[in-house]
Order: sequence, then structure tokens, then C-alpha cells
Amino acid sequence: MAVMTYLEAGRRAVIEEMQRDTSVWALGEDLGRGGVFGQYKGLQEMFGADRIADTPISEACIMGAAVGAAMTGTRPIVEMRFSDFALCAVDELVNQAAKARFMFGGQMRVPMVVREPVGMWRSSAAQHSQSLESWYTHIPGLVVVAPATPADNLGLLKSAIRNDDPVVYLEHKNLWPLEGEIPEQEHLVPLGKADLAHAGGDVTMVTWSGMRHGCLRVAEQLAAEGIGVEVIDLRTLWPWDRDTVFASVERTGRLLVVHEAVAVSGFGAEIAASVAEALHHRLKAPVRRLGAPRIPIAYAPPMEDQARVSDDSIAAAVRGMLEPAAVS
Amino acid sequence: MQDVIAEGRHHNLDRDRFLGRLALMHRIRAFEEEAIAAQKDGLVLGAIHPSIGQEAVAAGVCANLEPADLMLSTHRGHGHTLAKGADPLAMMRELFGRAGGTCGGKGGSMHIADFGVGMLGANGVVGANIPIAAGAAHAQKLQGSRQITVCIFGDGAVNRGPFLEGLNWARVFDLPVLFVCEDNGFSATTRTREMTGGEGAAARAESLGLEAQEVDGNDVVAVDAAARAAIDAIRAGQGPRFLTCHTYRMTGHTAVDPATYRPAQEVDEWRGNCPIARLEVALRLAGESDARLSALQAQESGAMAAIAQAARDTGWPEATGAFTDVQDIGDPRERAF
Repeated sequence: MAVMTYLEAGRRAVIEEMQRDTSVWALGEDLGRGGVFGQYKGLQEMFGADRIADTPISEACIMGAAVGAAMTGTRPIVEMRFSDFALCAVDELVNQAAKARFMFGGQMRVPMVVREPVGMWRSSAAQHSQSLESWYTHIPGLVVVAPATPADNLGLLKSAIRNDDPVVYLEHKNLWPLEGEIPEQEHLVPLGKADLAHAGGDVTMVTWSGMRHGCLRVAEQLAAEGIGVEVIDLRTLWPWDRDTVFASVERTGRLLVVHEAVAVSGFGAEIAASVAEALHHRLKAPVRRLGAPRIPIAYAPPMEDQARVSDDSIAAAVRGMLEPAAVS
Repeated sequence: MQDVIAEGRHHNLDRDRFLGRLALMHRIRAFEEEAIAAQKDGLVLGAIHPSIGQEAVAAGVCANLEPADLMLSTHRGHGHTLAKGADPLAMMRELFGRAGGTCGGKGGSMHIADFGVGMLGANGVVGANIPIAAGAAHAQKLQGSRQITVCIFGDGAVNRGPFLEGLNWARVFDLPVLFVCEDNGFSATTRTREMTGGEGAAARAESLGLEAQEVDGNDVVAVDAAARAAIDAIRAGQGPRFLTCHTYRMTGHTAVDPATYRPAQEVDEWRGNCPIARLEVALRLAGESDARLSALQAQESGAMAAIAQAARDTGWPEATGAFTDVQDIGDPRERAF
């Protein structure tokens, strides 16, 4: 095992897949200088300017050109810089990439990966901090992936590049420097499989992306108090691993979904509703969700923090679910 | 003087080449007339956007392409698609939503694609085909291919952002792509010139560094010559080119739009400028007989009537197709209980 950062793991995934398959190429703004966070550092020197392509600030055309290039025998990796900017390319992703295979009767595939750095990251304010995964899970035709660890960023990005349908790949900006162990040999993580990150018998906690780490901190803290929290990191949001989640809730009888995105219409609602519909007879407490309030993310830390799901609020939610129901 | 020049050109007309173009234009018109009639009978289920009156653009441009070249079209794309070589019966079945349609009945008129003949799709979103075409040409360049991409869009598209982004992209990466603005004067039901700043499509293309040419889009001989020159240059590695073809839409925006927003006199003037009739005049001047020209029209009309009947006689696709080709992983039936 080697230790590597989340950022470096993503870079390694791109290198390995570009070496393995010459039809893979990457396009986006500033890639020749390594990209805005350094995810592509040195890659243009390694693969040339054709395969690590610097583009104009033209999000719609970056996405649209990738669609055309994916239809024409190549496998583009689209870099959107910040997920917020991908909103300039919604038609190209939602109306074109996601629908082409179906709409054209399965004549072709659109094998492309759209890397969209997401999440809150030190005073980046309302247009550089969003978590919009539920926009994409809503769209038939898209695979949605949100890795939380270096090993998963390596293994999932490689799988995403090999996938024949468009993948929205959401890396969390706050995790770039996170270090973790990575296997020396080739490492592939299957799409659609959750990671059971912490075992416990009292409450199932379903999470993904940056919130995995807060959930794990709380699970450790509560374990010391004798409360068993099972933390499931979904890793892939569409298709999400219902089997793993349902099996855990069957054991614990309690579900708490935790995500960074706005709670209203967040993807946690889908999981909560699915569990409530299918496993209501097993539930010992109502399902719960934690997410951000429905506010744009502010710049100044005291206001920015209002959009964060804190460790304390996660722990309080777990404790609340374990209290006997009040008799009224 | 102009007539003399025109007559001189007609004497030199490559008759075989333009008999082929004429047959294609008759095919496009007959196909769309059948489709409009079928819509009145309730057989064409969704909206169709006829290109009657604009056939010279499809015929003049697409007939210069090689089978392996790529083409992208618009919501008004039947003509382009036929000109690229798609099977009219499969297309008519698609319009009828029947089994064996070009896209298996999943797309309809606005989403016809036939990747087997290099037709990468009509598009329901104005201008959306421009970045996709740039990307197809980008892939061709990366692959070292000799093939090129042609992207046809209407004049309404020049006011969308992807027009700027796609043309700039093609210039920046020096891509093998021909952009064709099929200028029929209307953005849906609004006159484009009233909605457009500056000098319009060609001027905008030139401002982005693309060599641009404008032709009479109802003169298939002119369109053919301009397209051929541009395509030859692109194939020779000279980068993207832009061609505006000025034409007119004889129907409304859709087949059911009565287009009362334009004066009858204007429509009559353009009816007298029919691209099919003009080519017939030119071929007669070049020595073709009326009998041969009539036979050509009868042949295409008969063929399209037969395919409309065949489409009518085809059954529906299986409902289970609604769940296929969504994506490889994940169950598209999820929540369908």
C-alpha cells in the first residue's frame, strides 16, 4: 500500500487509463497548467496537447464537443473546473449526452466522464460551493459518482472512464489534500457498490462525498458511548446500492441520511422514501435526513457555517432516534 | 447579360450530377408532402418541421460528402437526412412511431439519426448541434481521419451562445468542419433580422476567423459549387469554413402553422423561386427532355407514396423498448411500481 492524496489518486487514474486506452483524452480550461487544482499537473507534458487539451472558457462547447467526440469513437474526460460552472452546459449534458443513446434507438453510446469538483471549501461563496448531485440523479441516462477517499477516487474514476455511458463524477474540493492508502496494483472500484465504512448495530447512516468523514468521526465518538452506528458511503449515487442500504436497515431498524447538499429535494429524500416504503415494518424510529438549509452559501465563516452539517447535529440526530418515542 | 451567363452555365451543366440532385430534391419534397398528408390523417404523431422550398441546401451540400463523412442537422432535418443517404422507409416509420423506425420509434422527426450513414442526429434544441459537430470534427482530427463533419443549422441558431462557442472552438482547434447556415429568414415564427444585431451569420463567422461565403440557397448549382469548394478546402486541411445559403420556408414553422405572419405576396414570390423548378429549367436548357424530367419526379413521388403506405402497414414497437438503451448500469424500472 502507498499513501496518496485524493487529488493525486484522481491524477493517477487519468494517467493509467490514458496509457491503457489511446482513445481517452481530457479537455477543459487551463489543463496545460495542471487545471485549477493541479489534478492534471504534468499530464500535457506526458500525453501532449492533443490529448490534454486546453480549451476556451466555453463550458457549453466543452460539454457539447465531448458529446460529439464520444459519438465519434473517443472517450473524453470533461473537466468543468467547478460543478457550479457546469450549469452553463446543462443542455449539452442533460438534453444531449444523457439522452442520445436512448433517443437514437441505441445506435451508439456516449462514453464520457464529466468531472465536476463540488462542495464547500473555505469561503468560496454561493457560486463555487454547491453540491448539486440530486440534479443529476434525477436524469435518466446519467451515472452519478461521488468518491470520498483517495482509493475510491482512483478506483471509481478508472471505472467511470471505462463506462460506456455518460458519468457525472463529483470530486469534493475539500478532500483534495486528504491522504489515504492506495493499493500498489491496479485498483478498480465497481460503479453502483457502496462501501460499508463503519459497522454498528443501532443506526444506519447513509452518506457520501465529504460528509463520509463527519459521519465516521461521529460513529467513532458514539461507539465510545456504546452506540453502534453503521456508516454506509454510497460512492455511486446512481445507481445507488439499495441492497447494502436495505440489508443494514433490516439489521438496525433506523436510518439517518446525511449529505452536504440542501436537504430539500436532496438525494437523501430518495433514500429515505425508498426505505420508508419498503421497510416500514422494520423501522424502530422514523427515517431522518440531515442536509443544508435552503440558503445560498455565504462567504463569511459565521454565515457559511450555517450551511454545514456539523458533527454535533449528526450526533444529536442519532441520539434522538434512539430515544423512546414520546407519548402524547 | 445575366441570362447569357446563366445560359452559358446551363450548357456546361454536368447533367448526370444534377439529374441526381433533382431526383434527391424530388425525393425530399415528396417525402415531406407524404408526411404532411399523413399528419392530417393522424399517422405522424408529433410535430414535424418541413423543409419544403429549402431542398437545394440539403441536395447541394450533402451530395458532396463521402459516406464516411459526418453530418448533424436540426429539427428541420428530413431533407438533410435523406440527402446523407438514410432509408426513407425507416424515416417514415420513425415519424409514424412504428417498429423499424430509424431510431426504433424512440425519437420521431426531431431526433432522427442514422449513424450507419454518418448522420449524427437531428436536434430538438436550436444550435445544440453546433458544439456536438465541433466535437465530432475534433475526434476526426485526433484520429487523423480524412473525413470531415458538416453541421447544418438555421438562421435562428446564430443568436444562441453555442453558435459563438462552437465556431470559435472549430477555429481554435482548426477542425475539419463545414458550418452551413440554412437561412430561411425565420426564427420559428419571428423574422430573424428583427432579432439579430449586426450583419448576421456570415459576418459573425468572419469575425471569428472563419472564411465565409453566401450563396443563393435556392440555386442548387450554386450551393453545390460553394459546398464543394469549401469541403475540398477542409479536406485539404485548411480548417473550418462557413457557408450561408439564403432560402425560404414554404410552410410555417411546423406543418400545422398557417404562417399568417407573412404576406401572401412574399410567399408567392418565393413560390416562383422554387429550387426544383429552377433546376428543371436549367436542365432543360442543358438539353434534358421534359419526358425525362417528368419521369424522374413520378419515380420519386411514387416511391415515397409506397413507403408511406408501407409505414402505415407497419406495427407499433414493443412497449418494453421504453426501458432499453437508457444506460448499462442501474435498473430504469426503479420506482416503476
